[in-house]
Amino acid sequence: MTVHRGRGFACINYPIGMNLGGDPSQALVHSNPDGKFTVALSAIDLGQGMKSVTRQIAAETLGVPIEDVYVDTADSDTGPHDMGSFASRGTHRMGNAVIMAAQEARAVMLEAAAEELEVDAADLMTDGRGNIHVKGAPSRSITTMAAAQAAQFRQGRTIAGRGIFLVPLSEVDPETGEMTPVTTFAHAAMLVSVEVDDETGEVTVTDMQSAYEVGRALNPRLVEQQLRGGAWMGMSHAAWETTEPHYPSRDHGPVDFGTYLMPGPGDLAPHHISILERPAADGPFGGKGPGEMCANPVLPAVVNAVYDAVGVRIDSLPVTPEKVLRGLQANGGARPRHRL
Amino acid sequence: MALKPVTFTLNGNAKAAFTEDGQNLLDFLRRSVGDLSPKYGCGQGGCGACTVLMDGAPVLACLTLAEAAQGARIETAAGLAGAALHPLQEAFMERFAAQCGYCTPGMLMAARALLDRNPRPSRDEVIEAISGNICRCTGYEPIIAAILDVAEGRVRA
Ligand code: FES
Ligand code: FES
Repeated sequence: MTVHRGRGFACINYPIGMNLGGDPSQALVHSNPDGKFTVALSAIDLGQGMKSVTRQIAAETLGVPIEDVYVDTADSDTGPHDMGSFASRGTHRMGNAVIMAAQEARAVMLEAAAEELEVDAADLMTDGRGNIHVKGAPSRSITTMAAAQAAQFRQGRTIAGRGIFLVPLSEVDPETGEMTPVTTFAHAAMLVSVEVDDETGEVTVTDMQSAYEVGRALNPRLVEQQLRGGAWMGMSHAAWETTEPHYPSRDHGPVDFGTYLMPGPGDLAPHHISILERPAADGPFGGKGPGEMCANPVLPAVVNAVYDAVGVRIDSLPVTPEKVLRGLQANGGARPRHRL
Repeated sequence: MALKPVTFTLNGNAKAAFTEDGQNLLDFLRRSVGDLSPKYGCGQGGCGACTVLMDGAPVLACLTLAEAAQGARIETAAGLAGAALHPLQEAFMERFAAQCGYCTPGMLMAARALLDRNPRPSRDEVIEAISGNICRCTGYEPIIAAILDVAEGRVRA
């Protein structure tokens, strides 16, 4: 028995969102009489942090403290229309819609404040701490709560805004097939080290190194959390998980956690993540989306690492010990690639 | 179907409720008692989402008969926080150790049981303690780090 080491590399260009009929998201923002704001969205936060990020975006655009913003999501009966939470589109699409809606609401809030302060709305600014004041004269100020109450109870104004972000459907050129389905790509590169046991066929991932380019990381801790968790899910898909172990035969498909194999906390490999920030021109504050692409490069990187280690080219996932052993048998044994 | 009374303490409070023959503790806690913090992931002992403490030891509530709670001390994630959050909850927040949060109550209770019997576990002991708990989202590392933060005193008690 020999354990062979190998390294595999993969990189990815990941299109943010999709374009099968246009890809719109809407947002509605309104203030309550206490000066706090509600953002209504119909896309759902699956745990990826969409509520946190859209809350940050709304607070920043409105110019109010983040505590004063509440994001209400996922009632598609009553909320504004959204395509949904998929294709890593949340930050980019919903974030842009939230900016548009919050800008409109902010403009009304400043008009309401201007009327109370008897000044021109263009001369007002927010301090981000719940106050609106005249530029250059911080003492001439009104709280956002007082402005909201004046709008509601004296002026008869609704401090509200509507936002939509739409990437229109891209037509396909019938001659060339050319189209522009995507406005923004995120990028990543991953290097995986493995050990392959040529007697058991077992593959152990020993190290992961990655660099992800995500536009601006609007919430760096959430970005890292998602990359770390998603990459591990990619690793799990690379080497363990499948619903169709004998595809296209459905025989012996897993039916529960006893038969659906997943690596546990004891199988972890260290993962060093570098986050590269290159703000996207059309992203909200430069953000793109780390969502799905955190998992994708791991699979080809593992496959390449196995090839590097023992010369077996696996062409169906997951990389099971059986496939490795069959490959070794077909090759007449391990053939580690010559190291550069 | 015969109903049987079960008296027990839930997070320190005396409780009594009826159970049906064969009802499991998870269903009992969620439907008959109204504590929704233990989660149903698989109902067959495979995921750990339903982990609660029974007389201090972690049990899979989905595989435990409700009747077994008679006279027992049951603790769930809903009882972790007092006036302030439990240090494990603080650490899970600090480390971003939850995404969808479905595994979190089970992870917290598995960790709580570990720290109660072994306040200074090694990394391997932490891994061992949560190895019956599946997490789809986090890649486990933030959860391990959070538990070690508490064990090694990096979170205020
Ligand atoms: S629900 Fe009890 S172990 Fe999954
Ligand atoms: S946070 Fe989603 S399963 Fe653990």
